Amino acid sequence: MTDGLRLTVDGVGHRYGGLQVLHGISLTAEPGEVMVLVGPSGCGKSTLLGIMGGMLAPSEGAVRCAGDVPPDCLNALTYVFQDFSLLPWRTVAGNVALVLEDRLSRTACAARVAEVLALTGLTDFATAWPRQLSGGMRQRVGIARALAVRPACLLLDEPLSALDAQTRDLLLEEFASLITAAGTTTVYVTHNLAEAVRLGHQIVVLSRRPGQVRDVVRVDRPLAERRAADPDLMALEQRLWRMIRDDAAVAERERIDASD
Amino acid sequence: MPRIDGPIAFRGGGFAPSDRTWAAVATLVGVVALWQAGASAGVIPTLFLPAPVSIARALWALTVSGELWKNLSVSLMRLAVGWIVGTVFGIGLGLAVGLWSVLRSPGMALVSALFPIPKIALVPLFIIWFGIGEGSKLVTLAFGVFFPTVIATAGGVDNVPRGLIRMGQSFGLSHTAIIRKIVLPAALPAILSGFRVTSSIAIVLLVAAEMIGAERGIGAFVLSAGNLYDTDNLLAGIVVLSVLGLLVSWVIGRLERALLGWR
Repeated sequence: MTDGLRLTVDGVGHRYGGLQVLHGISLTAEPGEVMVLVGPSGCGKSTLLGIMGGMLAPSEGAVRCAGDVPPDCLNALTYVFQDFSLLPWRTVAGNVALVLEDRLSRTACAARVAEVLALTGLTDFATAWPRQLSGGMRQRVGIARALAVRPACLLLDEPLSALDAQTRDLLLEEFASLITAAGTTTVYVTHNLAEAVRLGHQIVVLSRRPGQVRDVVRVDRPLAERRAADPDLMALEQRLWRMIRDDAAVAERERIDASD
Repeated sequence: MPRIDGPIAFRGGGFAPSDRTWAAVATLVGVVALWQAGASAGVIPTLFLPAPVSIARALWALTVSGELWKNLSVSLMRLAVGWIVGTVFGIGLGLAVGLWSVLRSPGMALVSALFPIPKIALVPLFIIWFGIGEGSKLVTLAFGVFFPTVIATAGGVDNVPRGLIRMGQSFGLSHTAIIRKIVLPAALPAILSGFRVTSSIAIVLLVAAEMIGAERGIGAFVLSAGNLYDTDNLLAGIVVLSVLGLLVSWVIGRLERALLGWR
């Protein structure tokens, strides 16, 4: 077993008022592995991630985490958000420093900011405002901010879905490298199956609402050896799509009915 | 079958007004020039509306004699103290109402009940409570500034994107750090917009309070000049108030530029 954090989801269910969105979810994200959650729209992927990160209290069940955290970890379970969640009144460096300021000395904070900006290729943009950056660059800042706290577990909520296709492909490769290098346990929510097969060690397929675990697919090939046009990965993507397709169509019809 | 044949006409213009500084200056200069011309030609009776040149002369005389500063300094002190006290307490309650459920309903109920009361109507009551001296004037100003500040601040806090607060929580920032580093800066544009409103309210209430019970101050000076039919000095006092309003607006504009440069 690698050092790191194990996240165990035990019989988790959740309801918003009278609406049951998750039911009987039991999963384990192993230390250092990437768990990808996929499923049709509205199946509760982001809700489950919120519960796993302690941002939502489950209606049923519990989530436990156990294992080693990096010695200089400042926030064990750390999110990367779909909408970047950057403070527009802080520069790139300021946004990263936000999560370090009250916890590290001024010198240590500056050093760590410089380190993660270099790691994510943002050094030249340290003094830029978020409004001056493209979507891809903003998400890099989100990643830099997450890495700055030396997380034991990264929770990524559709981090690439707000980006254009080209930027998404470029960032996906960078994600794979950064996640491999950091070695943190990662839970990644996406509706994009290409991302799922590129990053996931275990891909959890959720059914339509109320979300339940339909299948868990393991991909043993190391992240560094996976390529976008890999026939095995493309076949797996097709297999995942076949699992989800019918549920996705029904979920879409339910959304249209609900909006009428 | 209908046919079209020809260049495509541009139809995407308009609805994009821009500032023209020269037009603003030209309008003001034009109005003053017309006013002066009307007064010089005898069209405008100068007993009721003195010519701009006469007002300028009166203003110069007041400045040279020191009378202007004697009144203006007292008004500025009242304006500054009353506005600052009302603003500090207003921001405090606005934040509390915006952040804590326990205070939200009671706070907003009180604000909603008291805000619509014309504050000028309360001046006699404040004079009974706090005396004819400075206390009643400062309380009138502070009271007038307090409620719009509460509403602006609470509105600003309500509009802070919840995602940013969740981000702060997800990184384990303390409650205080979230308020200091996320909520306050995000609410700042609304608070500064509130400053524009409250500074105007403060000037109106300053003049009203000084007219009701003060020996010195621009309001008292204008009232006294009016009682003596000294329209040159009366309008000189009004010009000072107008300049004061412009000055306050300029200061707030500079503050916005300094604090909201990121926009």
